[in-house]
Amino acid sequence: MTAISTGATSAHAGRLSQTAAPVLEIRNLSTVFPGATRPTVIVDDISLTVRRGETLAVVGESGSGKTMTFLSALGLVPHPGRVAAGEVLLNGTDLLRLPPEELRRRRGAEIAMVFQDPLSSLNPVFTIGDQIIEVLRAHAAVGRASARRRAIELLERVHIPDPHRRIDDYPHQFSGGMRQRALIAMAIALGPKVLIADEPTTALDVTVQAQVLELLADLKAESGMGMVLITHDLGLVARYAETVVVLYAGRAMERGPLDAIFERTRHPYTVSLFRSIPHLDTPAGTDLTPIEGQPPNPISLPPGCAFEPRCFLGKGRSDCATRRPLLEPIDGTDHLSCCWHWRELASGRAGP
Amino acid sequence: MKAARDGSPTAQPLLGVANVSKTFGGGRWLLGARRAAVRAVDDVSFELWPGETLGLVGETGSGKSTLGRLVLRLVEPTSGHITFSGEEITGLSAAEVRRRRGAFQMVFQDPFGSLDPRMSVGALIAEPMVVHGVSRAQIPGRTEAIMRLVGLDPRSANSYPHEFSGGQRQRIGIARAMVLTPKLLVLDEPVSALDVSIQAQILNLLMEIQQRTGVAYLFIAHDLAVVRHVSHRVAVMYLGRIVELADRDLLYGSPRHPYTVSLLSAVPVANPATERERRRIPLHGEISSGTAIPSGCRFHPRCARARLIASRGAIPTGDYGAEKLPLACLQQEPPLAPIEPGHRAACHFDSGSQADMVPGPLT
Repeated sequence: MTAISTGATSAHAGRLSQTAAPVLEIRNLSTVFPGATRPTVIVDDISLTVRRGETLAVVGESGSGKTMTFLSALGLVPHPGRVAAGEVLLNGTDLLRLPPEELRRRRGAEIAMVFQDPLSSLNPVFTIGDQIIEVLRAHAAVGRASARRRAIELLERVHIPDPHRRIDDYPHQFSGGMRQRALIAMAIALGPKVLIADEPTTALDVTVQAQVLELLADLKAESGMGMVLITHDLGLVARYAETVVVLYAGRAMERGPLDAIFERTRHPYTVSLFRSIPHLDTPAGTDLTPIEGQPPNPISLPPGCAFEPRCFLGKGRSDCATRRPLLEPIDGTDHLSCCWHWRELASGRAGP
Repeated sequence: MKAARDGSPTAQPLLGVANVSKTFGGGRWLLGARRAAVRAVDDVSFELWPGETLGLVGETGSGKSTLGRLVLRLVEPTSGHITFSGEEITGLSAAEVRRRRGAFQMVFQDPFGSLDPRMSVGALIAEPMVVHGVSRAQIPGRTEAIMRLVGLDPRSANSYPHEFSGGQRQRIGIARAMVLTPKLLVLDEPVSALDVSIQAQILNLLMEIQQRTGVAYLFIAHDLAVVRHVSHRVAVMYLGRIVELADRDLLYGSPRHPYTVSLLSAVPVANPATERERRRIPLHGEISSGTAIPSGCRFHPRCARARLIASRGAIPTGDYGAEKLPLACLQQEPPLAPIEPGHRAACHFDSGSQADMVPGPLT
């Protein structure tokens, strides 16, 4: 345990300030897959910070690299991809430089991930209890009986009704929401410092989604763990996150505190995302402005900004088309934008 | 874009659904064990007017997809009547339904799974015309016209589905459904498989097609913001029943059924300041199953309002486990009754006041 994590603020504060200690820092992470002529960059120089007791929302569409960023961070990039550069600091230790055995130990114990589809993440031929007990015993020398007691506590903790009986159920006997909660029980079994939730509720009904995410928020508040919420749903971001990073084509387009991203949006892609979906809190009949064109193909990205061909600000502009912008602080703040022309958004005149 | 409803007294609904039910299963297995029957749709009635969009929302197991298929006679109702342009279609033979198929069509969620990968786009769009005996001479011209209508380049008629993106494939699905100029399109989750940035393209396209052709939509979706955007009226289903049916702005602005209130309060909005003010009205317990529909009002096991009303006393209550609930909720199924013009809800205790039930202002 480093000095950094013991110096953190109260875990019970609802929304912590930016001064909470970082638990996970990803620095300049890049992941590539071999291509016909040159490697395809799937994660492109991503940097982000998860603080103790805070939720970082990672927003992007399919193919934006949001899942691959965290698979890379955990050493789980599928073959033949590989991490080409970067550091992944968990409480100061670079996970990418650990021996495989040590990395495996920390995965689960210190950093855990929950995936979108609970059915395919659970083994259908073992009971829910067996699968939780396996996690507990793989990481610590505990007897079967005490592991079982702990598994029942965990199921209770994630609000599975009648856990003494339901622990012996098989996954198909659980509803979708209960399966996702069982997976969360497995993920928190070892008390991780960081929990990565990858579209944890996309497959669930909206009322069940609310239950699952409120459970995650409660667990976070109690334990002070840091959370990553990977999602395409801006409503979930507004409700559950403290900080946000917006990804497009494997690159960070905008990053910053929640209110800055939503109220002082400084990247045209983020602006377009807001305007392309219907919102319950805008007048009915408000026109939607689609993002023209198609999501980018990572094999042949534009030479300049990856969003340039679809951008209401930059399409056809020579700087946007030829020079790649960097993710840079806006007026020295912790709000960053990767756009040559963010000032035009600040002036309030530009819009799609 | 005003739908032709509430018009003259002689106006006829395009689609009339009266007391329609659908039960799956039941009976016995081979060895005599009783099979549980699922009441997927239970005594549902509504009308759809020409040019109108009726949104149909509900969660898994609510029966909304089954209702969409019943309307098209893709599944047979167990009981009830369905009329299309005044003609009863429930009693028609399969051949007679097929002959009318051009007038009511379906668009599915998965644009890839519903297109034959071995057929070119032109052939896919022409197929319904061939089946319905459109003369060969007309087919190329109509294929081109419909491709333009849905925003596909007619020069891509010789390409195959895999060469198209998800959004373009959904355009192909819409083109196939529209090519026989139907009066009704049943859209089952038409954008939920698409990327966020593509959804708006398809939603705008659907609204534009409706304005140009006057086609009516039964729009089935779980996304309440999407349904609000496209619908004139909205029906909310719970365990096979419509529990609330209202003009769009009434349903979203002043929901009256406690399930609708909970559902709307569960949807997060993309505004941090609003989210900090909002209150969620959680549902109690876990979802009930279609094989064991609760007695009385089927929503009572999960209802926040029933618990609130019972706790205030002054009305007869009964036991639900360790809890007290109003006797009416436990014993009587509430009808979908008018509560104000353009607004129907199925609740014994609709007071018109939402003081204890609102999740907080949205705007």
